[in-house]
Amino acid sequence: MIRLEKRPTPSRFWVAATPLIAVVLTMIAGGIMFAILGKNPFDAIRIIFWDPLFDPNMSAYSRPQLLVKAAPLILIAIGLSLGFRAGIWNIGAEGQYIIGAICGAAVGLAFYPAAGWYIFPLMVIAGALGGFLWAMIPAMLRTFFNTSEILVSLLLVYVAQALLAAMALGRLRNPEGGGFPGSRNLAQYPAASNPELFAGTGIHWGVVAAFIAVIAAYVMLQRHILGFNIKLTGQAPRAARFSGVSPVALVLICMGTSGALAGLAGMFEVAGPSGKISIDFASGYGFTAIIVAFLGRLNPIGILLAGLLMALTYIGGELAQFMLGLPKASIQAFQGMLLFFLLALDLLSNYRPRLVKREGA
Amino acid sequence: MDLSAINPAVLFASLIVAATPILLAGLGELVVEKAGVLNLGVEGMMIVGAICGFAVAVGTGSPALGFIGGAVGGAALSLIFGLLTQYLLANQVATGLALTLFGLGFSALIGQGYVGIKPPMTERLSFGPLSDIPGLGTILLRHDLMVYVALIAVVAIWYVLNRTRLGLILRAVGENHDAAHALGYKVVRIRLLAILFGGAMAGLGGAYLSLIRVPMWTVGMTSGAGWIALALVVFAAWRPGRLLLGAWLFGGITALQLNLQVAGARVPVEYLQMSPYVITILVLVIMSAKGGRALGAPAALGRSFHATH
Amino acid sequence: MVANSDVTFAISPGEVHALLGENGAGKSTLVKMIYGLVRPDSGRMLLRGAPYQPAKPSEARQKGVAMVFQHFSLFEALNVAENVALGMENPPSMRELAERIRAVSQEYGLPLDPAKLVGDLSAGERQRVEIIRCLLQDPKLLIMDEPTSVLTPQEVDILFQTLRQLSAEGTAILYISHKLEEIRTLCDEATILRRGKVVATCTPRERTAREMAELMVGQVLTPPARARKPPGPVALEVTGLSVSSPNPFGTALKNIAFTLRQGEVLGIAGVAGNGQDELLLALSGEILSPESCVRLAGKPVGRMGPNARRALGLVAAPEERLGHAAAPDMSLTENALLSGYVRKGFLKNGFIGWAAVDSFAQAIVTAFDVRTPGTHVAARALSGGNLQKFVIGREILQDPSVIIVNQPTWGVDAAAAAAIRQALLDLAAKGAAVVAISQDLDELLEISDSFAALNEGRLTAPRSAQGLTVDEIGLMMGGAHGMDVAHSHHDAQGART
Repeated sequence: MIRLEKRPTPSRFWVAATPLIAVVLTMIAGGIMFAILGKNPFDAIRIIFWDPLFDPNMSAYSRPQLLVKAAPLILIAIGLSLGFRAGIWNIGAEGQYIIGAICGAAVGLAFYPAAGWYIFPLMVIAGALGGFLWAMIPAMLRTFFNTSEILVSLLLVYVAQALLAAMALGRLRNPEGGGFPGSRNLAQYPAASNPELFAGTGIHWGVVAAFIAVIAAYVMLQRHILGFNIKLTGQAPRAARFSGVSPVALVLICMGTSGALAGLAGMFEVAGPSGKISIDFASGYGFTAIIVAFLGRLNPIGILLAGLLMALTYIGGELAQFMLGLPKASIQAFQGMLLFFLLALDLLSNYRPRLVKREGA
Repeated sequence: MDLSAINPAVLFASLIVAATPILLAGLGELVVEKAGVLNLGVEGMMIVGAICGFAVAVGTGSPALGFIGGAVGGAALSLIFGLLTQYLLANQVATGLALTLFGLGFSALIGQGYVGIKPPMTERLSFGPLSDIPGLGTILLRHDLMVYVALIAVVAIWYVLNRTRLGLILRAVGENHDAAHALGYKVVRIRLLAILFGGAMAGLGGAYLSLIRVPMWTVGMTSGAGWIALALVVFAAWRPGRLLLGAWLFGGITALQLNLQVAGARVPVEYLQMSPYVITILVLVIMSAKGGRALGAPAALGRSFHATH
Repeated sequence: MVANSDVTFAISPGEVHALLGENGAGKSTLVKMIYGLVRPDSGRMLLRGAPYQPAKPSEARQKGVAMVFQHFSLFEALNVAENVALGMENPPSMRELAERIRAVSQEYGLPLDPAKLVGDLSAGERQRVEIIRCLLQDPKLLIMDEPTSVLTPQEVDILFQTLRQLSAEGTAILYISHKLEEIRTLCDEATILRRGKVVATCTPRERTAREMAELMVGQVLTPPARARKPPGPVALEVTGLSVSSPNPFGTALKNIAFTLRQGEVLGIAGVAGNGQDELLLALSGEILSPESCVRLAGKPVGRMGPNARRALGLVAAPEERLGHAAAPDMSLTENALLSGYVRKGFLKNGFIGWAAVDSFAQAIVTAFDVRTPGTHVAARALSGGNLQKFVIGREILQDPSVIIVNQPTWGVDAAAAAAIRQALLDLAAKGAAVVAISQDLDELLEISDSFAALNEGRLTAPRSAQGLTVDEIGLMMGGAHGMDVAHSHHDAQGART
């Protein structure tokens, strides 16, 4: 039988190799899943992972989409990874994303139809602030009442979704929309829109923000005492207190940062790719970002790569949906499977499997 | 708004029905947490139970088989969690989340062909003339079998946890897994069994949603019920009796909020819809302010166990 | 790794047999094999003439082998009767079990209330739960793993009476310890282990403690040397310090007061769980107190956190090495940063100068002879003694004016323990004030100038360490904690008030 032996120091090789192996295993398991659904597994995998980037008919549309989809994932996942490292589980990023979008859009729409350079920056601030404040609810409840931030942040997603519907049908509804739900289209309101900055690349302000977030998080985790404190708190909470880390401050910083980044992502989305507040605005980026954070090993560079990969599965999934008639949900199951494999393989970085004759206990 | 449209007896009866799914799932999670395991995948197990139960019931025409199917579906999903956390020592929070994300996608995938279909009707039990007693009969004695199964489960789980050796061992494992191991108890095996039980109960709760409460299949139909069940366990301070009270409280809010919608309350529907979540949060805050350990949270909750020799 | 090789020994009924060895000599692994928790790779065991090969503890229990663990295998949130039931094969009903617990505890002079939560019991009472759990099984062989480390001297006497009564009734007792005097008083035969091998067997009463110590350690030990100096001005002053414990089953501190001068070593004794952890936390700044309760060189620091106190010269080394004093998965360099950045100035606008941190880690490794392949190694890869040397060295090399240590040599081999004690004395000789909290009385008597004891969160008034007898110390520690109702009850009451 196999016995696990704890490694004296975590294996660097396996830390880097596990995401890659997990992706390969997911492709195999996903292929089996598609085969059971009656689709050719090789076609399905090719359409999801290869065609969006390299198929001559598809890539013109898909390649820019890659950055458009990856930006919110990376932005949110960077924020989440800080908390996850410290053992603070904000799993309600979807809610913070929605509130950021509502706040950002509300500020933009309040100025309609005025023009002015200051409108978009104000929207950015409002979006970040909205996400920040929404995340402060679970953060405050945890620090003052010791309430599980996991449950509160998640339950607040449902509250945010109801608020989104209320806004799309109520206060933010387009007065000239003929009674249909949904706000004015911000993409058609230049002072408040988040346009593509370089034609054909998909780069908008959200992509820029995501890159800045990756670099800032990297520097902080490597060289700044705050990054050290975050890692320390996650690995050994009592040692962190001994070291002088204030657990309250850390919860507020991690939750606040992740909320603000998720709010920013929502704001860039509503002012750009999505364009308006509508009932179906929330597309699950906040949840997929959790997978991105883990797949990237909570490491900023890893998250950058994982975000691009996840964006690829989104685009590939859409492609497979209309090429093969694969259901939309299959890509979600696919992403969930990826996380399973990753968590299962994680063991190898901390333990060494050994074949032994028999175990005593 | 016409409040006279709300009949208290019918409201109470619908409260009990609304409470049953979260009660079933919450009871399962209570046992899991008593064994020292935190499975955040309740939402995922519920929705997989919902579609498995629905598919089996539609396929066989038997709601009873449907419920068994739901339980098996939930347990199968929880097995993934059990293997990952107990044998591969994966982080329980992350694995529970993965379970929920996967369950939501996977259920939508197998549920494709079942959208818009009506499931076979589950019969309500009749206690003869007793069921016709005004008020009481309507509230308590005109329900389907699963409502009574859930109520019996409350008593049974209380009894097993507090009065039997099995329950004692389970609590011991959840309290201090190293000591339990030193005394020779199979920590991993006991936890795995608890996890499977929790999965089956969540599956039953999900099947109750799709077969009786709604009754039909829609994507994401659990809409947070699994998370509310998790919150209920905290609210109940890990005690089955209080879990029942909590489930009725939340069932009551849900039923009342639906009744208010029907009665045409002047508050927008969206605000009524968010009320169960907001109230869950408020109750969580009140309970946790008293301090988790003092409430009876198992000491080893969420910690991985690996025998060092 | 081989924990035991070719170990042979025998115990007869009614014999008290000592298994003697340093930490890491392989005692624990050996008894785990006898109790069925670990399987031997080769060799055989005989129990009363029959081959004995337990696959699991329940099988060992069925065959009449019972064990009292060093780290108790108890469940704090369960009551005494439930805890006892968990260690039995076929426990009777709870009511009947409660009766039997009362009967047995009376018979052996170990009073216990079956309905009490174990979390509310003292360390000595918890050990009684373990012992009664064993006695109810009517064992043929009773294994005791380091049973006296949590007892006051008076409680040790009572335990020994119980054990003698048992051996007179024909129970064989395997007694594991590294305390030589105890073994000389109690045991009939001794097997001495070093690095997993039997190095000697002897009859303890016929040997001196020193002879046995040298067999156990394999080298000649030198007691630490110190240069005494007249104490300087007041370095640390604690008055009326009362704080509650962060741990639900912890002990609150009640009205702690003492004054410590530069160059002085204050030894604080006490049985585990009487507020030692809380005292360290309150002094280091992890628990805050009213401002004037703790004064550092006259300055009130009660409301300051650990880093503010470090800046003023107070450092600490908590008991738990892995997880509290050091982060297990972090490298030695990172662990050097953990408590060192304030006094060593490693930060510039919050950014870390890693090169400087690493040379600090190197300096600790060199100065304190920490055996490690390098500073990049994770803390958990070090042996207990080496990590403890690193932790203590990290604090000492920050040149503190006050240092608080809790259990500085717990679970550390004799050579490393001697080095750590010497380092503390050297620091005191340079003018620092030292607070040493420990459960090892010999250690405290060796290094302390003044001596106090913690008992249920209260600290006795410090006394000069010179001329103190073990009996006096035992009374300061709370006597027998009401264990022997007939004799010691009044003493325990007296110590509480």
